[in-house]
Amino acid sequence: MTGGMIALDPIAIGDLLWAPLLVILLKVVGIFAVGLLVTMFMVWFERKAIAGMQNRIGPNKAGPFGLLQTLADGIKLFFKEDLMPDRADRFVFKLAPYLAFVPAFLVWAVIPLGGDWSNGKDGLVTWFGETTRVQLADPPVGILLVLAMSSVAVYGIMLAGWASGSKYPLLGSVRASAQMVSYEAALGLSLGTVLLLAGTLSTSGIVANQDRFLDWHVVSTGVVPFVIFLMAATAELNRPPFDLVEAEQELVGGFNTEYSSIRFGLFFLAEFMNAVTMSGIIVTLFWGGPQGLFEIPVIPGAIEGTIWFIAKTLVFLYIYVWFRATLPRFRYDQLMDLGWKILIPGALGWFLLMAALRLGRDQGWNAVVVAVVSAVVLVICAGLMSMAMRVSRANREREGAMF
Amino acid sequence: MELVVFVLAAAMILVGAIGVIVRRNPVHAALSLVLTLFGVAVLFVAQEAHFLAAVQVIVYAGAIVVLFLFVIMLLGVDRTEDITIEPFRIQRPLAAIVGLGVIGLVVASVSASRDVIGRGSGLEIPAVTGDGDSNIRQIARNLFSDHVFAFEFTSVLLTVAVVGAVMLTRKVKNGKGVS
Repeated sequence: MTGGMIALDPIAIGDLLWAPLLVILLKVVGIFAVGLLVTMFMVWFERKAIAGMQNRIGPNKAGPFGLLQTLADGIKLFFKEDLMPDRADRFVFKLAPYLAFVPAFLVWAVIPLGGDWSNGKDGLVTWFGETTRVQLADPPVGILLVLAMSSVAVYGIMLAGWASGSKYPLLGSVRASAQMVSYEAALGLSLGTVLLLAGTLSTSGIVANQDRFLDWHVVSTGVVPFVIFLMAATAELNRPPFDLVEAEQELVGGFNTEYSSIRFGLFFLAEFMNAVTMSGIIVTLFWGGPQGLFEIPVIPGAIEGTIWFIAKTLVFLYIYVWFRATLPRFRYDQLMDLGWKILIPGALGWFLLMAALRLGRDQGWNAVVVAVVSAVVLVICAGLMSMAMRVSRANREREGAMF
Repeated sequence: MELVVFVLAAAMILVGAIGVIVRRNPVHAALSLVLTLFGVAVLFVAQEAHFLAAVQVIVYAGAIVVLFLFVIMLLGVDRTEDITIEPFRIQRPLAAIVGLGVIGLVVASVSASRDVIGRGSGLEIPAVTGDGDSNIRQIARNLFSDHVFAFEFTSVLLTVAVVGAVMLTRKVKNGKGVS
């Protein structure tokens, strides 16, 4: 066979020999282990940071600083009784946790976790005499794989709620899937601006496009897509302030109410792993991924990338915890209004503006004129849209609707 | 290798397709459909059409079947229905005839054009160009130049469908009429 079909990594081109195979195997095992470990510490980090914000101590018994608390909880979950509701759909009930968990893991494969990006080396490193990237796979559709996995993850939550055969989980899962499908649109549209500038879908290509601070996409796309992406990602993760899925006061525990033992553990793990991977994706897309602001002295270039990546990802993990400790939960209609009436039109409008500027630059038009004209067009569109919304709202109120 | 991938993917597609028909529970049938769609995506990847594979999963598996499931759950038709009662008697023979006709047409067209279909003839597949994005570039160029009117008309059609659906579901109260 030609190397093309599996040419997701420079290492896999040509005949498959033992050394490349070994490197690939090492990467798979490494990513699996690191993924689990990072998730474990993320749970600890979140509990500890929130405890700090609420003037509590948090987990402090198991291991130094309570670091092993998650491990203890995991072992406890393993040995708990596994209950299944009488009216549950047995097969789907068992399938759902894996549908939530596997996509969370797969996304790890396409995130560049490090590499040597100095002096135009393009993130390539040499391990055991083989040139490769510090990411498991670099498929040509890179970032679309992330979107695909996040849309598959909807199934886990949706089916878990339905298969439980119980009303609160069903309500929770209907809410969750509506929310995730809606916000996926905003997620994809805000991504469009990044792809427009990067000119490629591959994650390593997107990182390679951000080699100076001014080229970091958060700067070069003008912050707006980043803010939209961050909000949409929070909603996609079902994290506060968008955690209507498991609104405890209304729905007991949401879609996973009927789950116990390790099946619940898998949902829990998937949720936290998703938070970590989404932070990694935000860093990759907008904050230069493993590309640093300056050269760290002493440390060789190949490790430097990983240090930068971890540092940036930690910032976003902290931001997620911070959101959870600070912001009150949205109401369901506010959530839908924000998604459909603000984020999606906003992302689309900004995408069109950037496309117009790009076209103007390619055609050699006057940049100021292009910017002013497109801004005017966008403002007119926004005005028309808000007028339409006002009319429809007035109509609904006249007809006596409650919302 | 290619044969193995094809056989596995084809098995996925067939098992899924049969599942859609024979499963009694609508939710199980919808899940079988997802299996079929994933099998098709695998075949797309095997043919170097990475972009189509990703879009297949995002749009069909991620959006359309989710909507199916949504409707099934909200309408509460997720309990096994009795399908022996037939409200529309001619439907089954008609479906059999149409199905056989479609199979016949597909087989005929494939066997007639067997020599013309060659893998990668004249196409910029990534394995040949060494450029992972050539796939997407080619689709974009086709879609937004040669077929731009068809593309735009499709979007207009979708908008009309959305507006129509909203109008149909609007409740008119107190005879005040729609405005």
